[in-house]
Amino acid sequence: MTAIFTDTLYERHGLRLQVLVGGSGAPLIALHDELGYPGAMAWQRELAQTRELKIPLAPGFGIAPRIEWVSSVRDLACVYARWLREQKLTPIDVIGFSFGGWLAAEMLVNDPALFRRMILVAPLGIKPQVGVILDAYALSYREHLKATVAEPNNTAEFTTLYGGAPTPAQIEAFDDARAESARLAWQPYMHNPSLPALLDDLGNSVSVAIVWGERDAVVPRDSMDAYVNALGKADLHVISGSGHRPEIERKDQFLTIVREFFG
Amino acid sequence: MHFMWFTERAYHYDPDVDPEKYRAYENEVIRKRSFFATPNEFFEPEVAAKLLNQYLDEKIYTDAELMNFDGVMLNEHHGNPFCLGAVMDVEAAALAKSTKRVKIVLLGNPVTTVGNPLRLGEELAMIDLISGGRLVSGWVRGAGSEQLANNANPAHNREMLEEGIDLIVESWTRPGPFRYEGKHFHFRHVNPWVKPLQQPHPPFWMPGLVSPDTADYCAKRRYPYIALATKLKPTTELWDFYNKAAAREGYQAGPENFGFMQPVMVADTQERAEEMGKRILFGGAFAHFARPEWMFPAGYNSKAATRRLAQNDFGPNATNKPLYGEGGETTDAEIEGVKKIIYDTWPDVKKDMVMICGTPDSVIPKLNKVLDVLRPGIFSFWLDGPVPHKDRIRCLELLNRDVIPAMREHGKKLGLVGPFHCPPGGRLLHGRAPEPVADLEALAALGI
Repeated sequence: MTAIFTDTLYERHGLRLQVLVGGSGAPLIALHDELGYPGAMAWQRELAQTRELKIPLAPGFGIAPRIEWVSSVRDLACVYARWLREQKLTPIDVIGFSFGGWLAAEMLVNDPALFRRMILVAPLGIKPQVGVILDAYALSYREHLKATVAEPNNTAEFTTLYGGAPTPAQIEAFDDARAESARLAWQPYMHNPSLPALLDDLGNSVSVAIVWGERDAVVPRDSMDAYVNALGKADLHVISGSGHRPEIERKDQFLTIVREFFG
Repeated sequence: MHFMWFTERAYHYDPDVDPEKYRAYENEVIRKRSFFATPNEFFEPEVAAKLLNQYLDEKIYTDAELMNFDGVMLNEHHGNPFCLGAVMDVEAAALAKSTKRVKIVLLGNPVTTVGNPLRLGEELAMIDLISGGRLVSGWVRGAGSEQLANNANPAHNREMLEEGIDLIVESWTRPGPFRYEGKHFHFRHVNPWVKPLQQPHPPFWMPGLVSPDTADYCAKRRYPYIALATKLKPTTELWDFYNKAAAREGYQAGPENFGFMQPVMVADTQERAEEMGKRILFGGAFAHFARPEWMFPAGYNSKAATRRLAQNDFGPNATNKPLYGEGGETTDAEIEGVKKIIYDTWPDVKKDMVMICGTPDSVIPKLNKVLDVLRPGIFSFWLDGPVPHKDRIRCLELLNRDVIPAMREHGKKLGLVGPFHCPPGGRLLHGRAPEPVADLEALAALGI
């Protein structure tokens, strides 16, 4: 399979951001989850036929080096916001997955003019009133990975991405990603208490869709409802049979939602 | 040499007195593959009260009657029946008043999980004052599971430990009041009224499980490093690592820089010693202290340590690797199968001197061989497992009467001096290459 992405580097004012770029069409940024970027996925290959994907590799999450002073998700959101502004990419469409969805929400409250439309896929960031966000730090990375899909042994792309014996480099990358997400979101755990208040009615300024798998074991449905309530307006798509990663568990259904929402 | 003894102060039932409770509890640990996270519904306050007082009484008895012991050692763990000493400084405070002579060696205080270095410094200063300057203050990162039990961010563990130690020292040595604004700690008014009796501060030691990061830190600070019952070969390698780091600081590491803790069980007969010694395998001991993913949570290890573990497929990423069983054992028969594997390791545990047990005459030559190889200036005996109080007391008496005098004599021949007689870091090299610190020929002769 040929590589669809080119590794690019954004450097300015001491910031160094590694961004994968590929595909053609109107630009779209994708923000990966808390386990780091595992490599190109089928949904990206398909979407890249009509959209130019830009995937920033979160610093410290296994590939790109840490930015020492980044100590919160909001710090990282500011880094990304600056990159978008200085690259004159705003307003842009965004898809954020899990931690990346939270990151996108923090960028939105930082500057609503950054985005045209947003898809948040099982976003972290808001504490549920019913249920809890999975404590990944009580698990090994293998158990954590398995918990992200409803049927790890019956999800072909999950096996492609994570199956088999991991290489030492992969193990290190997972540990890096989990360590950096601990630095940013150990406490409060994977949420920001001020986020709901700051999201106040921003769904009326920016179109937002939320996608969530009904068998998600990482983030409860209540967090999704809280996002909808905080945004004032957002489409909630519940994908039956899917866990936390509908983009690989129900790729076609996921892409249909994405294409219809982005037009 | 400095001789002391240690026990984890485990919560346990005597298998001879409460066989059913003993069995239910051991089965639970094995089923969960971990002492950490054992549901605290197993905790019986009356049992804990009796045990904690016995553990304190043993130390008070040591101070009053067993004059060859120079110190008693404490540690702490959280959320873990492996160790009832959840707040070691409380026990140390009790011992500070109820003992007169022995050093109170704390190995060590987990600065990061305690979370407030100023408060910790005040506790330690009070222990030193009440004890008349008998405190040895040790520091630890705390096991990975302690981070979970205290919600201490593992990714900040080492940074917070080092910053916290520096702040405690500063609070004891820099005239206050002053303001402190560090990376992890902030105090607008640092001016502790109670400061230690020992000036400028009590001795600092650090224990470890042969982590090069900790050894490097100790060598730079001239803190003695105490290896906690680690296997001899990797311990000699760590000694060498420390020695090289010390040489870079311009000094020759010596026995005063090293301590070793050795599991032992001594009794009047070989049979009794073996019967009691074998109990250190209870529940899988270290292997079942906590599951690997709880021992090494994300960010707890340095990059270098993560790389080493990844290469060896060990540690945080080896959760599919059996600890003893394959995991998932639930039936009585399956649990008994795991126990058999655990207890079948006993011959190797003895052969490799992981545990040294027997009569005084039989253990002395073996313990002296440990001295030959490691040449430590600090030696701690480790008594553990569900062993009755009377057997523990008898073990301590025999160590005091026969074993320590023989080891002390042997240590003299080897030139082993402790840190109270030779300041660690005081042997300056003046450009010379350092001498080896461990005896590798003695190690080879053991054939372990």
